[in-house]
Amino acid sequence: MPASLFLEQSLNGLQFGLMLFLLAAGLTLVFGIMDMINLAHGSLYMIGAYFMASFASATGSFWLGLPLALVATAIVGALLEMSLLRRLYGRDHLTQVLATFAVILIANELVRIVWGSQPVLLNTPPELSGPVTLPGGMPYASYRLAIIAVGAVVALLLYLLVAKTRVGMLVRAGASNREMAIAMGVNIRRLFTMVFALGAALCALAGAMLGPIFAVQVGMGENILILAFVVIVIGGIGSVRGAFVGALLVGIVDTSGRAFLPLFFSTFLPPQFASAAGPAVASILIYLLMAVVLYFRPQGLFPARG
Amino acid sequence: MLELRAVSKRYGGVVATDDVTLDVLRGEVHALIGPNGAGKTTLIGQISGVLATEIGRILFNGADITHLPAHARVAAGLARSYQITSIFRRYSVLENLALAVQARSGSSFRFWRPVREESALFDEARALAADIGLQDRSSTVAATLAHGEQRALEVGLALATRPQLVLLDEPMAGMGPQESRAMLALIQRIRSRVSVLLVEHDMDAVFRLADRITVLVNGRVVASGAPAAIRNDPAVRQAYLGEELAA
Amino acid sequence: MTRAIAVFVVLAIFPLAMQAMDGMFYVSLASRILIYAIAATSLNLVLGYGGMVSFGHAAFFGAGAFVVGIMAVEGVRSAWIAWPAAVAVAALAAFVIGALSLRTRGVYFIMITLAFAQMIYYIFVSLKTYGGDDGLSLPGRSTIGFGTLGNDLVWYYLVLAILAAVLYGLQRLVHSRFGRVIAAIRENEARAEAIGFPVYRYKLACFVIAGAVGGLAGALIANQSSYVSPSLLHWIQSGTLMIMVILGGVGTLWGGLIGAAVLLGLEHLIADYRIGWLAALAPNYQDHGALAVGIVLLAIVMLAPEGLAGLFTRRRHA
Repeated sequence: MPASLFLEQSLNGLQFGLMLFLLAAGLTLVFGIMDMINLAHGSLYMIGAYFMASFASATGSFWLGLPLALVATAIVGALLEMSLLRRLYGRDHLTQVLATFAVILIANELVRIVWGSQPVLLNTPPELSGPVTLPGGMPYASYRLAIIAVGAVVALLLYLLVAKTRVGMLVRAGASNREMAIAMGVNIRRLFTMVFALGAALCALAGAMLGPIFAVQVGMGENILILAFVVIVIGGIGSVRGAFVGALLVGIVDTSGRAFLPLFFSTFLPPQFASAAGPAVASILIYLLMAVVLYFRPQGLFPARG
Repeated sequence: MLELRAVSKRYGGVVATDDVTLDVLRGEVHALIGPNGAGKTTLIGQISGVLATEIGRILFNGADITHLPAHARVAAGLARSYQITSIFRRYSVLENLALAVQARSGSSFRFWRPVREESALFDEARALAADIGLQDRSSTVAATLAHGEQRALEVGLALATRPQLVLLDEPMAGMGPQESRAMLALIQRIRSRVSVLLVEHDMDAVFRLADRITVLVNGRVVASGAPAAIRNDPAVRQAYLGEELAA
Repeated sequence: MTRAIAVFVVLAIFPLAMQAMDGMFYVSLASRILIYAIAATSLNLVLGYGGMVSFGHAAFFGAGAFVVGIMAVEGVRSAWIAWPAAVAVAALAAFVIGALSLRTRGVYFIMITLAFAQMIYYIFVSLKTYGGDDGLSLPGRSTIGFGTLGNDLVWYYLVLAILAAVLYGLQRLVHSRFGRVIAAIRENEARAEAIGFPVYRYKLACFVIAGAVGGLAGALIANQSSYVSPSLLHWIQSGTLMIMVILGGVGTLWGGLIGAAVLLGLEHLIADYRIGWLAALAPNYQDHGALAVGIVLLAIVMLAPEGLAGLFTRRRHA
């Protein structure tokens, strides 16, 4: 197996994993602190991507469009939380599932109404459209490297926020024991709205950065939402650290599996089986990973609650 | 009949029950007392199988049940009532009791015949209702029962499984004097056919009912023996009883 | 009972009336609704009666459909073989998924059922020889050895009979010993275990039965249009079935039928009947019927005061 292919796939896996982390971090905090299943998280990712596409083409600049999209999506997230989602805290899970599922349906249709049913074009910024030569002489898309950089920086900032700041302490307290946090006099309502808005901004960042690579279309949120769920289950609900480890695991396993399994199978299976088995097993690989993790650690790798 | 050997329960740094060794003899009423937070309910949870026991051993009729699942312990003859009432609130008293009877009478993997037709179940449920003093309230929905009646049903559910040993967790919790008297009478009625491990705060009832008393403080057994001995034990008085028994 | 008879008499007369009025399209739509009613009823068993919020029910529905489809394409078209096979495969999938998922609870359970169901979706979609993304076309409806199921009228009556059997079976199940235990578990799981019921086994059995009936519905849907789409397996489909259950009534016998009829009927009305004044305001409104569904669903969920939560008495941290 050529080293350059290995390196390329590892970087792809890292890139995907970091973006998954952006989604999973917001999701796990909402689950952990507000004990709420939010299926509409994927819709925020989609809205972020669509806002990005519109702002980028309106301003003519990727880099101007990005902060606008983040702010816009954070506002949408905050409004959604204040008007609707906060009424779901404390209700049974079925209610939360159905309500947020309804939000997905509504969001998808609204996006279709505003932007149409065809995928929308989002281009990589011209400065990052070319390849970069990695050590070893292999070319790699500079945009993908930028994604890795952005993802790593945000992950670090998030870690600092959660582990080192007062707000972060409140968040962690809320994740492990909500009643205690309330008893400590924390303004829970504002904290929740802020956490939600932050999660929305992270979704938007992931959506905006992945938009040029995957298509920006209605329904893009649903596909990636499942992966985010798997990440959280593996990492442990409520744990940002778990989300980080889980996201990297899932990103790398998924990307490598898709790249290498067909090759691997073809070494000892006849070609017609290899070409069928490869992609099939690759797509279910992360679910098998989830099943294995759950078997040994039903609460995930880093459960926030005792 | 029931034997606990060095049973402990730890949650991280918190020790809930600590090296508890006690036994319950066949036919006795053994009371377990102690201040709030002493670990009594935790111990009951460990004995009934709801809480896992990693340290120590629990034997029932000679068999090691330390790792047996909760429902299997019921089948072996061990039943439990809850400190915080845990009944089937939307069902009537009769339906509650019939359900418990159903649990011990044959498989419930039957998908066709209506339960209504099994008169044996309901006959036994009616007898139980009479036993616990709720025969006039048998068609009342459990959620609308008075507190004392709910506590009686709580005990009734445990009895319905025809246990050899029943764990009663504060059956008189939240009861006024009249209700307490009724519960006391109920326990007196059943002691001839079932052994009892009784957790209670009502000292009057404890000293009237108990053959033996074990005192639990901070998860450890501080004293164990006949009621008179416990009453006079200085360590117990200091740790727990205080002026309650001054009279 | 009289209500049931009345309903089925009406349903039995309906196609004859349609045939007289040259409305055979409605018979086909009706049999589609009835099939979804069976699928929704199977979900109602595990969700409404069993209290298990399973978000992966589409897996069993779609698996049943794919088994029939794959067998048909491979030459096995007899309903006597293919349909039981569909039920068996769905039951097996339910057993495996249930056995793993039921060891968790709450949020974890919902997400795990979702994830496993999605896994099954990916398995079937990656089978390129059997349609992959585009779906699988069958050579025709299953054969039963006499007559033909290709006749829409005959097909409707068969589906109606199966629905009747399913509802009758569910009715008996609910009042049986098993049904009582399941209801007790939903009411107070801890106490059910404490009086001696091995709760896990009962939940798993309920899960498998629901999955099996879902598989049967899947076998029928494959036959309905002689086409199997992978979207049948997608978790959005699971959500659609849940919407039907909510609309129709969680934990009720007729909930699946009512919900399927309302949802599919509504979709049909929006798509096929142009409302003049609405079209003047928003010319494309018929393309966005899902918006109405979403809003209605949201309204029901939020405004039913105790509503859905009231039907579930187990505490949310159970």
